[in-house]
Amino acid sequence: MLTPTHRAVVLESRVDNVDRAETAAEEFAAAAGFDEPERHRIAMAVREITVNAITHGNRCEAGKKVTIDFSVSPQELVIQIRDQGEGFDASGLPDPLAPDNLLRQSGRGIFLARAFMDDVQLLSNANGTEVRMSKHRPGNV
Amino acid sequence: MVKINCRRVDGVTVVDVVGRITLGDGSTLLRDTIRGLIAAGDKQILVNLGEVGYIDSSGLGELVSAFTAVRAEGGDLKLLHLTRKVHDLLQITKLYTVFDIHDDEAQAISSYEVRHAH
Repeated sequence: MLTPTHRAVVLESRVDNVDRAETAAEEFAAAAGFDEPERHRIAMAVREITVNAITHGNRCEAGKKVTIDFSVSPQELVIQIRDQGEGFDASGLPDPLAPDNLLRQSGRGIFLARAFMDDVQLLSNANGTEVRMSKHRPGNV
Repeated sequence: MVKINCRRVDGVTVVDVVGRITLGDGSTLLRDTIRGLIAAGDKQILVNLGEVGYIDSSGLGELVSAFTAVRAEGGDLKLLHLTRKVHDLLQITKLYTVFDIHDDEAQAISSYEVRHAH
């Protein structure tokens, strides 16, 4: 069976759709050959960024969508998650590991995505936020 | 889907959590449970995560919030039986340095300084 090289998932901005994003990431990562621990990390990164896209980006507005594009090359898995929000200043993200922030209730989502993926890039403007995450495929470190 | 059961052991309330602590039902149930315990005067709390294989950032936030809420009331909240994935998550986020974490329930119970009458 051929490994799919691309998949797109479009979600309405409801929190219960986060599980769909996570499941899609698990499935795509499995087809791309990642083992269970890595699939878990990839799926969690997708979950965290999708939560941000739905709740912070689109503010759970019914008319706004979150688009997730999965693609895989022989070298890497790439996941792009876009919302239709108003954007934010990505340079102003607090460090969740700073002593003053350790006991904050929120602010760990992007940090966790960065911890679990090889590369995470944020592009945010008035038309929305796009997060591009990539991870080397097994044997392509 | 998450299930939470509370039991009393030597003045400590052990909160057994089974399932995922994630945005939505899991986090909400944990929050309501801890708030209910605090309101009832149960401030020595041991959260058993032995059957929790998944916590997201929302769940981590609820654990932190529960910890600070219990501490603010003069009590303590500790963690028991971390699974590998949850252990890794607490290490990555440095929350391992915040929580008192135990692998043995009896030792965890005996570590609480204040004992409540049965």
